[in-house]
Amino acid sequence: MIRVALPAHLRHLAKVGGEVELEVPDPATVGSVLDALEAKFPVLRGTIRDHVTKSRRPFIRFFACEQDLSHDPVDAPLDVAVTSGREPFLVIGAIAGG
Amino acid sequence: MSGVRVLVGTKKGAFILTSDAKREHWNVSGPHFAGWEIYHVKGSPVDPNRIYTSQSSGWFGQLIQQSNDGGKSWEPVGNEFVYDGITGTHQWYDGTPHPWEFKRVWHIEPSLTEADTVYAGVEDAALFRSTDGGKSWKELSGLRGHGSGPHWAPGAGGMCLHTVVLDPITRGRMYVAISAAGTFRSDDDGQSWRAVNKGLHSETMPDPDAEVGHCVHRIALHPSRPNVLFMQKHWDVMRSDDAGESWREISGNLPCDFGFPIDVHAHEPETIYVVPIKSDSEHYPPEGKLRVYRSRTGGNEWEALTKGLPQKDCYVNVLREAMAVDSLDSCGIYFGTTGGQVYCSPDAGDNWAPIVRDLPSVMSVEVQTLR
Repeated sequence: MIRVALPAHLRHLAKVGGEVELEVPDPATVGSVLDALEAKFPVLRGTIRDHVTKSRRPFIRFFACEQDLSHDPVDAPLDVAVTSGREPFLVIGAIAGG
Repeated sequence: MSGVRVLVGTKKGAFILTSDAKREHWNVSGPHFAGWEIYHVKGSPVDPNRIYTSQSSGWFGQLIQQSNDGGKSWEPVGNEFVYDGITGTHQWYDGTPHPWEFKRVWHIEPSLTEADTVYAGVEDAALFRSTDGGKSWKELSGLRGHGSGPHWAPGAGGMCLHTVVLDPITRGRMYVAISAAGTFRSDDDGQSWRAVNKGLHSETMPDPDAEVGHCVHRIALHPSRPNVLFMQKHWDVMRSDDAGESWREISGNLPCDFGFPIDVHAHEPETIYVVPIKSDSEHYPPEGKLRVYRSRTGGNEWEALTKGLPQKDCYVNVLREAMAVDSLDSCGIYFGTTGGQVYCSPDAGDNWAPIVRDLPSVMSVEVQTLR
């Protein structure tokens, strides 16, 4: 079970109050976590990554285990701390503005 | 009992303002979709309780929300806007080719006859249509495929298709306006298009009279006489009496002919409204006086409408989507400002009062007349 923490606007869209728990087949990757997230919450399609190209939206970041995974290959296996549910997979709306 | 429902899109959410036909006391609902940019909210003429909202964010992209109970509750519908076929390029600010990229929906136009049909004008400029209530969207690519498409260039606000006008009488006819390409007309339900910009003159272009490249800000028509079109161009207020085949200037005695919105009185096809703005680099009213100008002669002769509007130290803007009219017996005129005020005149512009004063910056105003 993988824990996913969403930014407030996406929690509101998905109608969830806290972290989302997902069952993701091994080996879990950023791509497969997002696939599972969008399958469970179709309203999130297009809000984190492009519908067609699947590229990450520019102001979205992926963090886990105090690491920025945003630029890692989407098919790279996630750390066992994430796949075991010990650490959350964080979807971050980047700080932007003044 | 009759009344009005004013649909307001702002930089930080949507608001719904309701009143009875007197338009004196208002109920304010919102913010809906708090924190999101709401470019446009518009109801279906076929089913007034069916309302669509364009909800977007620089972080999270585009959503379309639909209500079937007059805005009390909302459900997201389809948000997949994929250009048809080979994407191609348009011109970028520096003159180089730039691939078409979907950014957001500027304008939603529900069909005049089919409750489940709705059009979306998007940036980068294209027109999409849904025939299933917004669940899925298909590009009407004959527009982007117009031969001039590779030469279209963005205005300062992006290359947006911001205006969609449906002809209520001539079957299959519709107009769109694109900044900065101009006005286009289709006579076959959006399958094919041609530029209708003859008579427009823009000194900011290398060829001021070119077929395309004009920064059209808004066009409007009266439903009883749809061959007559009114246009607020970047500079110049214009009129066409032949469905866009030719245009002539009607700026007349306006203090300034720059501006964004233009609209037509619900019962008087020759009565039109604009809000002059000082210039394209000073997006506020001339002399700090917020004045709506009304022409009862279809242009050229304009009168300032000021009663109830701030006449000193006012430096707000009124954006292209932010003016609308109701169709009650005494036609109501509405507009919203970048300062967060929404004003109503229940008597065709003679007297104004703010409905609300402190909303986020207003991007769009639409009105539904409820009977």
